[in-house]
Amino acid sequence: MPVDDGKPFAYTSENRERLEVIAARYPGNPAGRRSAILPALYLVQRQLGYVSLSAIQHVAEVIGCTPADVEDVVSFYTMFYTRPVGKFVVQVCRTLPCALRGAERVTEDLMDALGVEPNGTDPSGTFTLMEVECLGACDRAPLVMVNDSWHECLAPEDAKTLVADLRARGEAALTGCHHQAPDRANPEPRTENQNREPRT
Amino acid sequence: MEPVLTRFVREPHAYTLGFYLKNEGYEGLRKALAMKPEQVIDIVKASGLKGRGGAGFPTGMKWQFVVKDTPKAKYIVCNADESEPGTFKDHLLMERNPHLLFEGCLIACHAIGAKVAYIYIRGEFFHVQEVMERQLEDAYRNGYVGKNVMGLGFDCDIHIHRGAGAYEAGEETALLESLEGKRAQPRLKPPFPASAGLYGSPTAVNNVETLCNVPVIMQKGAEWYAALGPEKNGGPKLYCVSGHVQKPGVYEASMKISLRELIYDAAGGIRDGRQLKAVIPGGSSVPILLPHQLDIEASFDGVAKAGSLLGSAGIIVLDDTTCMVWLAENLLRFYRHESCGKCTPCREGTQWVLNILEKIERGEGEMKDLALLENVAGLIAGKTLCAFGDAAATPALTTLKNFRAEYEAHVREGRCTVPAPWRRRHAAPVSAH
Repeated sequence: MPVDDGKPFAYTSENRERLEVIAARYPGNPAGRRSAILPALYLVQRQLGYVSLSAIQHVAEVIGCTPADVEDVVSFYTMFYTRPVGKFVVQVCRTLPCALRGAERVTEDLMDALGVEPNGTDPSGTFTLMEVECLGACDRAPLVMVNDSWHECLAPEDAKTLVADLRARGEAALTGCHHQAPDRANPEPRTENQNREPRT
Repeated sequence: MEPVLTRFVREPHAYTLGFYLKNEGYEGLRKALAMKPEQVIDIVKASGLKGRGGAGFPTGMKWQFVVKDTPKAKYIVCNADESEPGTFKDHLLMERNPHLLFEGCLIACHAIGAKVAYIYIRGEFFHVQEVMERQLEDAYRNGYVGKNVMGLGFDCDIHIHRGAGAYEAGEETALLESLEGKRAQPRLKPPFPASAGLYGSPTAVNNVETLCNVPVIMQKGAEWYAALGPEKNGGPKLYCVSGHVQKPGVYEASMKISLRELIYDAAGGIRDGRQLKAVIPGGSSVPILLPHQLDIEASFDGVAKAGSLLGSAGIIVLDDTTCMVWLAENLLRFYRHESCGKCTPCREGTQWVLNILEKIERGEGEMKDLALLENVAGLIAGKTLCAFGDAAATPALTTLKNFRAEYEAHVREGRCTVPAPWRRRHAAPVSAH
């Protein structure tokens, strides 16, 4: 059940416009409009950090469906948070290919470094730790995703460095994809991600 | 074989429109648009292209099944929800060669008479989506997507739709549900998407790698394409090698290549001088193969003949430090978590199988649990709307079949008998029942 945080939610005018741009990609009928529910929830999460009860009602009004329709969707997908999470959501891939290369130990070391159990948030509200299922980067195992950014080939000792780096540099430490790929025996090419500063 | 789909992926600007155009980009589309849709379908059928998402269904036939005589809009939906554990090839194609995918979507739309293609990309690939969206904008600006494509009178839109974390969304009807803004749960078939898919309209759902093959077929011809591989397994194939190998990665090869060559030559063999114990050749959902079964053709037919499936070509390599009970438990945790909950055998069965596996791995198992495990897993397989049920039953059944002695040793000695230096240091938490 999404949290009732007592704060009425409404999109900023910018996000409201953005939603209409996205909704125009689908047929202009009620069934087509409903396709915009996932994008609408991502916009909520970008604005608020999580999906509250009030936000569900707002999305239902904007889409033209019932709050139950929206909550049905929210409760199904793992990438929507129904309560506040830390500024950095640290997600360790725990599925077989990552586990074969030490993901269980990465989780243990992140628990130590952050002082939280999986699904926990530290008292300062900076970090939430999660174990998640296959992220689709098994050639760069073990993989840790922080918010939308990937940190790859993370040996347990790197896990502590990553946390220290996030503490010291904040969002600047989120560099996007292919964090450590150049060090690999068989590196995939780096993404040229123009939006973010390269990490060196 | 010279790489075809990944030929340029290591070039710094391979993903840009300018680079793509300099290397015959969108020329396959130009050829296709000069033909009637039926001709395009005939060429794809003649090429023998089989779907690269896992099921290996012939792509030309899938397109031919799309109902033509209808007043409804038709759709191409690209399945970019790459979620099968051990699979990471579509990620590479989308990030480094997005225009190849766009071109494949446009040709597919022409073939079935669609005006819109949706690319459903998994939510965790946001960094890939950013790259693709910029390239898609560029393609629109330069007239390769949108109204009057290349000045040839063809109108076609491509939209990227972000998923939100659900393995089941990779199943084609569940993907359509998700794209319609609902839970990613599979539909009862028939009707198949070819007659009633997205918004109840005729739809073809194709995997990323599948669509990336289409421009190549149009350019080089069906005969050239088919001759790249063994009979009925034509074209180039992307293999994902992960696990205990020296060089995990995506390797492109003809399906004439053997599993042994992929593991020992391409991926550099087993890491740390260890011995090979087993291989999962097609993503986590397929039966395992043993070291003496490596000299087989890594084709759809070759792997099937050996008793497994090529699936998504996710080759997970396991060395002799891998406990097979732990492996089954790890995968069942995945399937228990990802079960969409629609069919009772899968929703309830995955939890039961996981409970038994945890009990054995903890050292609390009894010999009768082995029979129970087989029984419960057997009650999931084949009893669900989609193939998830078969997939979820496989890890327990295939490890029991091939490594029963390891299960028995766990029960006899009351502990895990195959400790590995990469496993957790402290006792595993017990899952909620």
